[in-house]
Amino acid sequence: MKILVCISHVPDTTSKINFTDNDTKFDTNGVQFVINPNDEFGLTRAMWFKEKQGASVHVINVGGAETEPTLRKALAIGADEAIRIDTEATDGFSVAKQLANVVKEGGYDLVLGGRESIDYNGGMVPGMIAQLTGANFVNTCIGLEIEGDTATAIREIDGGKETVKAKLPLVVGGQKGIVEESDLRIPNMRGIMQARKKPLTVKDAVDANAETQTAQFEKPAPKGDIKLVETVDELVDLLHNEAKVI
Amino acid sequence: MSVVVYTESEEGTFKKIAQEAVSYAKGIADKMGVPVTAVAINGGDTSELGKYGADKVLNVSNDKLSKFNAEAYADAVAQAAKKEGAKVVVVSSSANSKYMAPLLAVNLDAGYVSNVTELPESTEPFKVKHSVFTNKAFSITEFKTDVKVIGLAKNAYGVKENEAAGTAEDFAPELSSEDFSVDVVSVDKATDKVTIADAEIVVSGGRGLKGPENWEMIEEMADILGAATACSKPVSDMGWRPHSEHVGQTGKPVAANLYIAIGISGAIQHLAGINASKTKVVINNDPEAPFFKNADYGIVGDAFEVVPKLNEKLKEFKAQNG
Ligand SMILES: Cc1cc2nc3c(=O)[nH]c(=O)nc-3n(C[C@H](O)[C@H](O)[C@H](O)COP(=O)(O)OP(=O)(O)OC[C@H]3O[C@@H](n4cnc5c(N)ncnc54)[C@H](O)[C@@H]3O)c2cc1C
Repeated sequence: MKILVCISHVPDTTSKINFTDNDTKFDTNGVQFVINPNDEFGLTRAMWFKEKQGASVHVINVGGAETEPTLRKALAIGADEAIRIDTEATDGFSVAKQLANVVKEGGYDLVLGGRESIDYNGGMVPGMIAQLTGANFVNTCIGLEIEGDTATAIREIDGGKETVKAKLPLVVGGQKGIVEESDLRIPNMRGIMQARKKPLTVKDAVDANAETQTAQFEKPAPKGDIKLVETVDELVDLLHNEAKVI
Repeated sequence: MSVVVYTESEEGTFKKIAQEAVSYAKGIADKMGVPVTAVAINGGDTSELGKYGADKVLNVSNDKLSKFNAEAYADAVAQAAKKEGAKVVVVSSSANSKYMAPLLAVNLDAGYVSNVTELPESTEPFKVKHSVFTNKAFSITEFKTDVKVIGLAKNAYGVKENEAAGTAEDFAPELSSEDFSVDVVSVDKATDKVTIADAEIVVSGGRGLKGPENWEMIEEMADILGAATACSKPVSDMGWRPHSEHVGQTGKPVAANLYIAIGISGAIQHLAGINASKTKVVINNDPEAPFFKNADYGIVGDAFEVVPKLNEKLKEFKAQNG
């Protein structure tokens, strides 16, 4: 089985979010970048397939050279090869077009992405890859088994879950549950040394215009001070008469 | 030309997010001077959609679509959008709508922006505001495409009444076997509980509650308020509560009208998931807990003393106010 894991290079969860250039660009100053958490769950599931059922695992990112340490980390976790498509990732649709092109050329059986990236929260890239390549798609995936050419996946829905079956090739938007957090791997020294020797191919981008473009970023209005109350009577009164939520 | 809006229903009843999506579509349509067409798939009685501004309802009745199927639904909505010559298609942000939307965008060769919080600031060029960085910021994004797919964030716009004709018309999209190549084998849904996704009020407990045996008072509060129960991540990690209740950046997002956090510290990853909630209440015995900087109302106190008293008070209040 040939697996491709899409890796988004995102600011660490605790990052302070700031903007520069008149609030038109994300300020990367002092920001630590990590593998998007939803993608890391998918990568870990891919490692499981590799170890238990035999699979080759490639990881891919659309972005500039600054994302290579993130790809190297994925290699250190155990992926066999990395690909970077050398262009700025501006919007989800154009990223999906770049990735779909590699998916078609590479003949992958399974493409694992995340439910959403924690920077732009677009939630669109895996679904778009599936639609652009004609593959099947399962989103918010919290369980995945593959036998022969058939996948059985569990998907989280509002208020529950559902089980679906689909033939490969399949694209998955994964999240916590596809593996548990305790299964995530921290690269060890051996992995890090090996990762240095593993191939990281830089590919030219195909023509794919962005469909959307950020004109301006804004931060939410600062929050007013909290009202501390002494008694539950006071609280219920405020929730009813002031906030009007009960 | 019209604004097309997909209206989600369950067992023949439209969801509140459908009413909100139609209200929002009406807001855009007014800005553009065009009518609103709602697409209802096995929606049952569609006459109510007129109340929120639908001029026309395209009614799709098809047994094959009785279970949600992202690809088939995306195909049906795309065909409706093409038939109507829609430049804007609005969808909600339930798990199912978010599953379908990227497929729909590809079918229509349209840009797609999710988590949209307001009406477009302008329609030429078409610019919308949406939340990014897990609600830590907003982006005002401009579409470059002729057709635009907009995913409305839950509870961001609200349900607005705006009487329109709501004339129903049958619509039979052409579906192929490929539309059904992802086969839903079984659905496992808790039907008797308010879900975090649909809830107006969410009552959430953290590690401060000390153990699963203490959740009775949380359940009781949820019962009184008709709320969903939720928890912080360590609580679900320790197995005190199911994973489906874990809210936050790596768990579920919550955009409720009221979020009550009991014994939760308010770590940044937790707050990221609940920032979109309107009113936040914190009950915590540590006055230094970061949650106190991010909530609207707070009580510094021991949950084991405050919550039972609050439950009694809420019961009284409900008895008086219905
Ligand atoms: C990558 C990453 C992702 C994460 N994602 C999430 C996420 O999605 N959601 C999430 O919740 N967390 C997430 N976390 C974990 C997060 O950082 C915190 O550890 C977690 O939110 C803390 O949960 P808590 O507040 O319940 O527990 P604690 O930090 O233990 O806090 C318990 C609180 O209860 C109070 N308390 C104790 N006893 C009482 C009492 N008797 N009465 C009243 N108050 C009392 C304490 O003062 C304290 O403030 C993530 C962490 C990482 C690193």
